[in-house]
Parts: sequence; C-alpha cells; structure tokens
Amino acid sequence: MIKIEQFLQQVFNGITLGSIYALVALGYTMVYGIIKLINFAHGGIYMIGAYVGYFCMTFLKIGFFPSLLSAMTICTLLGVTIEKIAYKPLRNATRIAALITAIGVSLFIEYGTMFFVKADVRSYPALTGLLAQKFAVGGFNVSMLQVLILVITVALMFLLQITVKKTRIGKAMRAVSLDKDAAELMGINVNSTITFTFAIGSALAGAAGVLVGIYYTSINPLMGTMPGLKAFIAAVFGGIGLIPGAMIGGYFIGMVEVMVSGYGNSMYRDAVVFGILILVLIVKPAGLLGKNTREKV
Amino acid sequence: MAGFFKKSWAVKLVSLASVFILVQLLISAGFIDSYIQATIATICINIILAVSLNLITGFTGQFSLGHAGFMSIGAYVCAIITLRIGTTGSFILGVFAGAIAAALVGFLVGLPTLRLKGDYLAIATLGLSEIIRIIFTNLKITNGAAGLSYIPRFVNWFWIFIFTVGTVLLIVNYIKSSHGRACIAIREDEIASEAMGINSTRYKVTVFTIGAFCAGIAGALYASYFYDIAPKTFGFLKSIDVLVIVVFGGLGSISGSILAAIVLALISTFLQSFSEIRMILYALMLIIIMIFRPQGLMGSKELSLSLFKKAGKLFSKKERV
Amino acid sequence: MAILSVKKLTKSFGGLTAVSNVSFEIEKGELIGLIGPNGGGKTTVFNLLTGIYVPTSGTVELIKEGKAKQLQGLKPYTICRHGLARTFQNIRLFKDLTVLDNVRIAMHKNVKYGLISSFLHLPSYVKEEKKLVQKSMELLTILKLNEKKDEFAKNLPYGEQRRLEIARALAAEPTLLLLDEPAAGMNPAETSDLKELIALIRDKFNLTVLLIDHDMSLIMNICERIYVLDHGMLIANGTPEEIKRNKLVIEAYLGEDVGDA
Repeated sequence: MIKIEQFLQQVFNGITLGSIYALVALGYTMVYGIIKLINFAHGGIYMIGAYVGYFCMTFLKIGFFPSLLSAMTICTLLGVTIEKIAYKPLRNATRIAALITAIGVSLFIEYGTMFFVKADVRSYPALTGLLAQKFAVGGFNVSMLQVLILVITVALMFLLQITVKKTRIGKAMRAVSLDKDAAELMGINVNSTITFTFAIGSALAGAAGVLVGIYYTSINPLMGTMPGLKAFIAAVFGGIGLIPGAMIGGYFIGMVEVMVSGYGNSMYRDAVVFGILILVLIVKPAGLLGKNTREKV
Repeated sequence: MAGFFKKSWAVKLVSLASVFILVQLLISAGFIDSYIQATIATICINIILAVSLNLITGFTGQFSLGHAGFMSIGAYVCAIITLRIGTTGSFILGVFAGAIAAALVGFLVGLPTLRLKGDYLAIATLGLSEIIRIIFTNLKITNGAAGLSYIPRFVNWFWIFIFTVGTVLLIVNYIKSSHGRACIAIREDEIASEAMGINSTRYKVTVFTIGAFCAGIAGALYASYFYDIAPKTFGFLKSIDVLVIVVFGGLGSISGSILAAIVLALISTFLQSFSEIRMILYALMLIIIMIFRPQGLMGSKELSLSLFKKAGKLFSKKERV
Repeated sequence: MAILSVKKLTKSFGGLTAVSNVSFEIEKGELIGLIGPNGGGKTTVFNLLTGIYVPTSGTVELIKEGKAKQLQGLKPYTICRHGLARTFQNIRLFKDLTVLDNVRIAMHKNVKYGLISSFLHLPSYVKEEKKLVQKSMELLTILKLNEKKDEFAKNLPYGEQRRLEIARALAAEPTLLLLDEPAAGMNPAETSDLKELIALIRDKFNLTVLLIDHDMSLIMNICERIYVLDHGMLIANGTPEEIKRNKLVIEAYLGEDVGDA
C-alpha cells in the first residue's frame, strides 16, 4: 500500500516540476514556431525571473503575487530587448549564425548576472500564511505551494490559449509562423508580432523562474542552463512550434525526471532526458504532435 | 606543377622546423617558464580542437556542440592507460586508443544523428556530450565526479608540436582533396550535392568521425599535460570555448582558427582571475561577430603569402590615389 | 531502344496529388520536351526521377546495356551514379565555390583515391587531381566558361550560371540529362545560343536529354517528341507539330497565360 502512496507522491511531484518545464517550454516553442530559432537565452530569462522574484520578496517585501507580476514584467522587457538588439539584425542570416548569437546572449545574461550578484547560491524567502500550509490527501503529502504552482501554470496556459486562439494578435502569430512573407503581404506587422511572441514567452519564463525559486528555495546565476535545455527537449518531444506539444512535453519530461530520481539513479536523471531527446530526434524529429515536412526543391 | 609542390613543401618544412627548434631552445635556455609552457600547451590543444571542429562546422556545415564530449573520451582513455602502465610507449598507445575510442563513439552516434539538420544536430550533439559527461561522473574506473589525478606527464613540447602540426596538416590536406570538396559542397547545398552523386551522409559521418578522433587526441594531450581531469572540465562550456575560437577565426578558415586560438588564449591569460568577465567578453564577441561579421575575422580566407601580396597591392594602389 | 521507362508514377503530398499516373518512355539518344502550364507537375516529375522525392506509387526503370534497373526509392546520389544528372530550375550552384570547383565536385563520384591518400596527398592523389582539372577544363571550354574557372559561381552573370549548371550536370557523366528550365530568364540571343549548345552536347556526349521549358521556340525547335503535363496528368505526347495542333494542349494553355515563368 505504501508503494502506491509513494508512487502517487512522485506523480504529484512530477506534475509540479512538469508545470515549470511546460511554462519554459512554451516560450521555446513559440519563438521556434515563429522565427525558427532555438532561443538559448530563454533559460537565462527564466533565471532572471527567479532573481527578480527573490529581490522583490527579500528586499522590497512586496509579497508573492506582486513579486510574480514584477518578475513577469521585467522578463518581458528583457525578452523584447534581446530580440530587438541581438536577433532582429539576424532575421535573414543563416540559422547557425542565429543559433550562435543565441548562445552568446545566453552566456552574456548568465555571466553578466554572475558579475553583479556573484556566483553564490541564494535562498528564497519562505512563504508564510496559507501558502505555507501542507496537507495530506489520502496518504500522501501535498503542499499548498505545489497546488499554487499547478494553479498558476494552468491559469497562464489558459490565458495563452485564449490569446493565441481568440485574439487578433494571436491570429497574427499563427499566420506569421505559417508563412512570414505571406503574412506580411496580408498586412500583418511581422516585426511587432515577433516582438509580442518574445514578450509572452519571456513573461512565462519569468513566472516559471519565481515558481521554481519558491519550490526549490535556492537560486544561482547558472540555474537556467539545465532546465532551459530540458524545457527545450520538452518542446521537441511534444512537437516544436506547437503550444499543446510544449505542455505535454513539459509534463512528460518533469514526470520522467522525478521517476528516474525516485526509482532509478538520480545521477542518471539528466542523461535519461538527453537520451530521450536523441531518441525522439532520430525516431520522430517532428515530435509527438508534429507532422514531418520536407524541404522544397 | 610538381616543382611547385616540392618547393612549397620545403618552405613549410623549414618554417615548421625552425618554429620547433626556436621554442625548444627557449625552453632549454629557461626563457620559457612552466607557466608560458602551459599556455603554449593550451594553445596547441585548442588549435587541434578548433581545426577539427572547423572541419565539421565550418567546412561541412554541420553544427556540433559536442566536441568536449569527444575530448573527454580521449582524455580518460589516455589517462587510464598511462596510469596503469606508465611508459612513454603507453602514452603513445593512450593517445591513439583515446582518439580511436572517441572516433568510434563519434561514428556510432553520427550515423543516426547526422540526418538531423542544423539546430537539431546542435542540440543532439550537446545532449550526447552531456550524456558522456554524466557517464564519466558515475563510472568507477573514472573515479566519478572527483576524476583522475596524478596522471603521469609524458607530454612535452616535442609531442605537442608533433600532434598539433600533424592533425592540422592532415585536415588541411583532406580539405584540399576531392573528398574535402565534397564536404564543402554539402555545406553549400546538400540537395544539389546529392543530385551530383555525393553521398552526403557518408561524408558527414566521415568528417564527424575525423573530428572526434582529433578531439580525442586533444583530450589525451590535455590529460597527460595537466595531471588531473574531472568530468566538469569537459562540460558544455568547453564546447563553447572551442566554438568561440572557430567562429572568431572564421567558419571555414584553418589559419583563422589557429590565429584565434592564439589570440583568445592570450585574452584568457590576461583575464584569468576574472572568469566572469572572460565569459561576458566571449559572449559579446559571439553576438557582435554574428551580427557584423558572421563569416568571422578571416571569413573562409586563409592566411597566405599571396594574401599579404594582395593586401600590399591594395595598399600601394590606395597610396597612389 | 528505350533508356528510361516510367510507369504509373504518382506523387501525393498530403491530400494533394501533384503527379498522377504518369507513364512515358524515352528512347536512347532522343531529345524530349516536357511542357505544361505552371503547377502542372513538371518539376515534381524531375524530383521523382532524380530521387529527391520518393514516389507514392509507380516505377522508374533505367535500361542500361540491356539491363533494367529500378530507380524509384533510391537516394539521389545513387540515381546520379546510375547515370541521371540534372540542372535545377532555381539554380542551385555551390555559390561560394569557384567555377572549376563546381564542376570538379560533380566528378567526385568517379575519383579513385581514398581517405588515406586524401590525408597524405599520395601520388594517386596528385595523378587523379591532375586528371580532374584536365577533364573539368575540357568541359568548361565546351561551355565557354574556361576563362572564368577561378570566379566564384555567385559572381557569374545569370546566363553563365545556367551554363555552369549544365556543365556541372555533364561532369557527373550522365547517360540521361534532365534540364529544368535552362532558358528561364535568358534573352532571345542567349536562348538561341543555348539551343545550339544543347544540340552540341547531346551529340558530343552521346546523351539522351529530357528538357523542361516554357520557351516554346526552344522546345518546338529542338525536341523530337514532347510530353505535356497538366494538373499532374499526362494529357498529350507527340511530335512538335502534333502537339501544336492538339486540342487538349491548347485548352490547358489557354486556361492560363501562355507565358514564360
């Protein structure tokens, strides 16, 4: 019996971690969908989100939700700035050039942050009141925090779906990702659509940063690298460019990680995730929900 | 034509020999201390890494982020062999065993992954090198995260010079052959090159294997020169280091890679105690080069006497006007 | 004697059938035209013949020295080695390489030295490389590009780029040469030169030629037989005279502009 409870506990932990990966993966997938770039800097933005949340909560003491919003706002600005300065000049460059730039931006954010806040690990302030509660449901423990993470993630995803499906700008995003030139001819402002995509993706990453901060309680300037890569793997797994794909992929990768740690060898956790990536790329590079396409000759 | 070949070979041989003898004399006379020697060793190892990555990325157009992984295989294999046997012969054996092991892994992994295009390949190779690192972190024979230390040092200026010059010359020769041109054709237009009878997968895998082999050599030299190795030495950032050299020198320029390896080693030496600033500088360099000069400092040009002559002509023309 | 026999070739992309049930034969030494309105499926047929697309169904058979070889499903480079070479409608030269290199690369499949020799530049390398340059220069001379051998392909004027595409295809030593709109973007004088060139290389290299073009003066003038594709289907075949009078063909073309592409 204990086994089943333990398993359910792991499942719930997997969902929590998966929520965070899903939020980050959404940014990767939207940006890739629209300009075919693996935005390596995305992990950096997520890290900045965590730091902004940390400073807001520790020094400004403005509470959890205002801190979350501040982190999202600042990450939005950061994402848009990166797009304008580093990626826009390379819109027509080769994909290798754009990818190298993205790696550069990612390193710049990480080591720039390290320069200012130093490499030390910092501890997130503990939540208080209702948010710090823990309760037992049918034999396994759930913290209010986990519920909070899940609720915020689902709410943000819901908002995103509405934006993409129901609004004008969402329609423009879908049009640009299908065919940039045709969209431009149809009077869609491609530049502002791309900017908007970066803005949304970065806001989600910022939120994920704060959530991971309160969940794992420690942050450091290089914390974004691994989760960033894993979130990208999640996006590839689900089918890059597809929003539902990123969500499914995020939860899948989160679950795999927790299960490998819980039942296998946690040392091999990252290796398993990378192994999944290589397997997916070889077996079905378009991902779970994607369709295979071919280059036009 | 044949005379030309001979003459250029003679010139090459003489200049290489004089570089070797000059440095050897300076070392013997004590002008080059161990610190400078270590810098020279780093430069040479980076040259091997960069030139071989350039073959994969610059010449064949396949973006690999996994060079550190292959380097680590060479390093560990050589370290384990020399730790067990401990003779100069075992060192040579270790270098080649390491290189062959790296090449084997490169071949086996390249076969399926090299079908992937551009950024997907980059991520897959990055993932591969992370997997290799994690395996080394968990194996007993590699002593886990602590790594191996007290590796006997057999590398000296002679061996470093031989291996560096050897790999560079072999790669340059390869690029200047019909096989090398086939690789460049794949970079230029894979579909057109396939339609012209070139089996692109075969050449991508060949080049990837050669690159892994050379990275293995570099790793073996590293292990033997710097006494101790640990998995974290060969992380993602090591691959980025090599990429920065290749991009800085020019995708598709061997002399560019060599030059960049030297320049960047000097920059790193100056910034040794400011590792963050070094990384920020590297990052900015990547971004700025990609935006303003994506072909790198040298582009696909090679440093040669004729280039100097051309530059001279251009200069004298300008002066006349 | 047929050299190429295509049976019931079909290609669909998702729900769209680009080429449907196309069958035709080409005799050795013929110069065949493949025409049809834009979007009719001509280039798709080329891509199917050369292995860039895999046919949904149907067969492509190459007959060489009395032996038939199935080509469908083979990789492009294998098909090229069996003797099919092509040019591309949208010019796919190796832009940053020289004219000489473009041609030499297409000769690579016949190069007779291996990896070791390429590393060490052994005598076999020197001998083969010399031969490559010599053969390339012969080809370039025929195509009047010999003086431009060291130019980058991207710096050539348009007409010369088209000629270099032909030179490169010839360097692959085909028995069947597929030319995809070689006259596109050429002025009448260049087209007329091209006409002579195609006739010349056919005789000189003992080739069979399959030619796509919109330039009717070119097609009607030099092709012995013409196939017409419309909406992915073969609607007519015959001599230029027959095609000119064919009602279906006229309708297909009047359905849209008979223009150049």
